[in-house]
Amino acid sequence: MLKRSLLAAAAAAMLAAPGGAAGETIKVGFIATMSGPAGVLGRDLLDGFKLGLEHSGGQLGGRKVELVTGDDQLKPDVGRQLAQKMLQKDKVHIITGVVFSNVMMAIAKPVTDAEVFLISANAGPSALAGKRCHPYFFNVAWQNDNTHEAMGQYVQEIGYDNVFIMAPNYPAGKDALAGFKRFYKGGIAGEIYTKLGQPDYAAELAQVRAAKPDAVFVFYPGGMAVNFVKQYAQAGLRNVAPLFGPSFLLDQTVLKAQGDAALGLYNTAFWSQSIDNPANARFVSSYVETYDRLPSPYAAQAYDAARLIDSAVAAVGGDVADHDAFRAALRAAKFKSVRGPFRFNQNHFPIQNFYLRQVEKDAQGRLVSAMQATVFTDHADAYQPECGMSW
Amino acid sequence: MDWALAFEQALNGLQLGIMLFLMAAGLTLVFGIMNMINLAHGSLYMMGAYFAATFQGLTGSFLLAVLLALPAAALVGMAVEVVALRTLYSRDHLDQVLATFGLILFFNELVRIVWGPEALFMDLPAALAGSVELIPGAPYPAFRLAIIAVGLLVAGFLYVLIVHTRLGMLIRAGASNREMLGALGVNVALTFTVVFGLGAALAGLAGMMAGPILAVQPGMGESILILTFVVIVIGGIGSVRGALVAALLVGLVDTFGRAFLPVLLRLSVPPEVADGAGPALSEMMIYIFMAAVLIWRPHGLFPARG
Repeated sequence: MLKRSLLAAAAAAMLAAPGGAAGETIKVGFIATMSGPAGVLGRDLLDGFKLGLEHSGGQLGGRKVELVTGDDQLKPDVGRQLAQKMLQKDKVHIITGVVFSNVMMAIAKPVTDAEVFLISANAGPSALAGKRCHPYFFNVAWQNDNTHEAMGQYVQEIGYDNVFIMAPNYPAGKDALAGFKRFYKGGIAGEIYTKLGQPDYAAELAQVRAAKPDAVFVFYPGGMAVNFVKQYAQAGLRNVAPLFGPSFLLDQTVLKAQGDAALGLYNTAFWSQSIDNPANARFVSSYVETYDRLPSPYAAQAYDAARLIDSAVAAVGGDVADHDAFRAALRAAKFKSVRGPFRFNQNHFPIQNFYLRQVEKDAQGRLVSAMQATVFTDHADAYQPECGMSW
Repeated sequence: MDWALAFEQALNGLQLGIMLFLMAAGLTLVFGIMNMINLAHGSLYMMGAYFAATFQGLTGSFLLAVLLALPAAALVGMAVEVVALRTLYSRDHLDQVLATFGLILFFNELVRIVWGPEALFMDLPAALAGSVELIPGAPYPAFRLAIIAVGLLVAGFLYVLIVHTRLGMLIRAGASNREMLGALGVNVALTFTVVFGLGAALAGLAGMMAGPILAVQPGMGESILILTFVVIVIGGIGSVRGALVAALLVGLVDTFGRAFLPVLLRLSVPPEVADGAGPALSEMMIYIFMAAVLIWRPHGLFPARG
């Protein structure tokens, strides 16, 4: 798989730049989960990144690009091997991508130890935002808790006082419910952690009904989101208690499979395809044109990652070997983000807005999450005070 | 205890058990008769779901989709048997595990190439989209009741097939002594292909019934495959009756473990311990149950071979 991707990338690079001198090329390693049930997330991430490259003129800051991709198969050890290979054999200047936090935790140390810039396009584990923040690590998406914090805030604002909460039993699931409870201060009707990858929620949904909550908040990404949202509707629970979740529960990677069971549900995110700015309009229309489907937040994040790198390489005149100057240029984040206002906090995580969205059908009958309101303005993560870095 | 909730959970356990039975019946026949460990049984479940989702998309009818997808799943199963598995019967179990694991990867990649990495949408049949209020105040989805009904029908069909037909006689004979079956002049190769096709159709049927409830996506067969192996080990390898009893037991143990164990724990130990141990312990319940059964009956509940 990796070999094939490498060959393809090399072939593409040769086609794009016949006879280009090797010294002029900037090498970017892209690690993501491309296979298995979560493979769709890695695909969207890579497609978004490639579109970002294309909109940067097929280059990064005026330098030719060689993209080396690898599939971590959602296995931390495989991710680590990929990272080491990219560092030692491919000698990449930057590594980006990375869907899952457990994979990120496995690769962060070897990459940053090697003084290679690691720019996460998705995973934002709390450790890397707090105690283990690093001069060579950036996250261009969000810190893991943020999206759930936004929904906690919204549910608190409506005034619900008896909420049932659920998530898969793994670190990001626990972060999710902790983030929700950081801003939701009302009563908890019940709190369940289910097995990661569990397909059927009938037993838990019976408990939800018996607990008679005002509302339900859950974090289920990928296939689990499809299963949960369909089964919640089939159990007739949507008339009993409204369902709330982060965008991962209801994004473009799962909405089609959820169908009408998702219609009308509220979710929070840092971005929406209907945010009104020129960068987003260009991104969304080119994405639909290129890939024949609407972009997910994953695609938007990776697109921004490419645009951020492009802006920073341009700012240092292509000299990415000057690490201090390149880091300063990344920190400055002089690119037009598709989400609108964007800047980095001292811990290299974004300070940005979070929005409330609702699933509806657009003019072509496609399910989309439409903007409803701004929940947080200039929101920073809770772990920044634990990070000793300042600039 | 809330009896309405307990009854609803019993229905949930029954429904999970029925799904497991559809999977386990085919797997245990193949295991018992051909002495073949087929890890790719979950892939046949996945193929059933993909076929049904595709045919439902084309015809708009769930029933028609199932009627078309059943023979398609059986054909895929028979093709796999003829092309890949036939050469593995004489090899040891480790080779079979390796080869059929390869088949899992093959099928996952195949559906990704043909249907894409995104989950497919599969709708409930309109007639079964509502719910039935068996218990006052707790409407139960009609489709899940239909799954239970279909499973019981299949169990009845398999009983008649195995006990009262010539094919069933061959299946029983094969499960207890394969060599003798061949020595008596039975076309063993054909019997194996037919039995494998039957098993594939049953696994596919489970996938078709799961389609409207679950995400139809690459790799969907793996999560149910492990439970299915637990079922056939508890039930006794080669025994369809054992598979039925064990599937229902596993379904009930898993559901009640998930539903009530964390609550019971919270009554007996400090909440922070209960919250940590509860989910982990309820995930382990069926394995603890399997260990207990095997201590009591090392060959499972209804061993097919003496």
